[in-house]
Amino acid sequence: MTTGSSSETVLVAGGGQSGFQAAASLRDKGFTGRVVLVGDEPGVPYQRPPLSKAYLKGTAGEEQLRLRPEDFFAEKGIELVPGRVASVDRAASRVVLESGEELAYDHLVLATGARNRVLPVPGADLDGVLMLRTRDDADRLRSSLERASNVVVIGGGFIGLEFASHAGRPVTVVEAQDRLLARVASPEVSEFFKELHEKAGHTVLLGTGVTALHGDGHVSSVELADGSRLPADLVVVAVGVVPETTLASQAGLTVTNGVVVDEHLRTEDSKIFAIGDCANFPCVHAGAATRLESVQNAVDQARCVAAAITGDAAPYDSLPWFWTDQTDAKLQIVGILANADQTVVTGDRAEGRFSVLSFRDGVLIAVESVNRPPDHIAARRLFTAELRPSYADLEASSFDLKAHVKSRSAA
Amino acid sequence: MPKVTYVQPDGTSRTVDATVGRSLMQVALDHGVDGIVAECGGNAMCATCHVYVAPERLDDLGPLCSDEEEMLDCTASPRAATSRLSCQLPVTEDLDGLVLRLPEEQL
Repeated sequence: MTTGSSSETVLVAGGGQSGFQAAASLRDKGFTGRVVLVGDEPGVPYQRPPLSKAYLKGTAGEEQLRLRPEDFFAEKGIELVPGRVASVDRAASRVVLESGEELAYDHLVLATGARNRVLPVPGADLDGVLMLRTRDDADRLRSSLERASNVVVIGGGFIGLEFASHAGRPVTVVEAQDRLLARVASPEVSEFFKELHEKAGHTVLLGTGVTALHGDGHVSSVELADGSRLPADLVVVAVGVVPETTLASQAGLTVTNGVVVDEHLRTEDSKIFAIGDCANFPCVHAGAATRLESVQNAVDQARCVAAAITGDAAPYDSLPWFWTDQTDAKLQIVGILANADQTVVTGDRAEGRFSVLSFRDGVLIAVESVNRPPDHIAARRLFTAELRPSYADLEASSFDLKAHVKSRSAA
Repeated sequence: MPKVTYVQPDGTSRTVDATVGRSLMQVALDHGVDGIVAECGGNAMCATCHVYVAPERLDDLGPLCSDEEEMLDCTASPRAATSRLSCQLPVTEDLDGLVLRLPEEQL
């Protein structure tokens, strides 16, 4: 296996899922140089998906969040540097940390992630108005939940709805769009999740803007666009994220909805890569420049860059997939759902076990599976094997994805 | 610390210290044991941490939950009566000496 020269340094800015994976994958690929992982959260890198699920509920502890135990980093020779990169001097191939420490690099990996979008209304800074991104945020939310009487969630996307599911009490979800999960799911799936949350006792308000948060020091109500007010002593703001691109902009790199990279995830500076939530890359599955917020994307892009640094460069073409867990439903999505012009629902919608197959120009572009893991796995096999079926192919097998995979494998 | 053994399809095996509170999937990753892909990081979404448990020790593990039950139906290598998803198995002191066989394929 090719390896980097032992005198090379890879500096990774950001200790989240993608930054961690880049460091770990470099070692997996035999890189023998220096690997420095700069992260601004305390402790070892951890995974975020359980923060809005098992960790919030208290069924998973800090131990389960850790991506690797502490001694892994020493064993692998991965230097964990607490802090944040303040600036990049591209001419000198060197970064300056906020602490003032300077570090030289041969390759710089920007894995700076995203930050939560702040609700642009008066009162958004009141006490009792919280967001969820870090383990600290989850701890704060957990303890606030114990004391709160009226909980309002602003934003009906993955995070807001996962929080609602695992809050352990009825909450009100306020969504500005006319359906839940509007950015990621089909209308069929949106409608299912609305019913699911209503059955669980939550109130779902769609097409409802928030104009202000009120309270004297601590939040006491949420004012809606029609002037009415919802009582609230805990407000969870989950209205999406913005990519963290300050460092890239400062370094003079092109930023357009994320740090712009090529198919090898390289910025216009050949020594600098960007991966994960902060990277805007040419996505073959979307047929357009795309920024994805998912574990799969963070991990696969990190592996791709580690391979490039160790001399094994290949264009990034991993199949996007996403998941969410809400009340008793598991939603798994394969592909990029954009501009679908034909939709087929298979399975048993009434029983809450179904899949939505979306097509564009007669070709399958995405499969959303609700409590149908076999469909999800079958869909992933179809997509990765370049056997992406047409509407006619699937019609012939009665839109049974598993049967279609079997018939194709046998052919 | 309980010791757990992972046996590769070719018969080679590794015995490692398993930290109580981690899952058997995490223990494999912690020690760089090949054969556990764990694509979703232990969230019962991908079925790529499939293991075969020594039959006489099945009762030492907690029961299958419905998520695990369904995911086991779509593992890359065939499901057996002793199949489990290692991400759903927390390490306890009782698991000392446990032997897990790894499947031929995870993806």
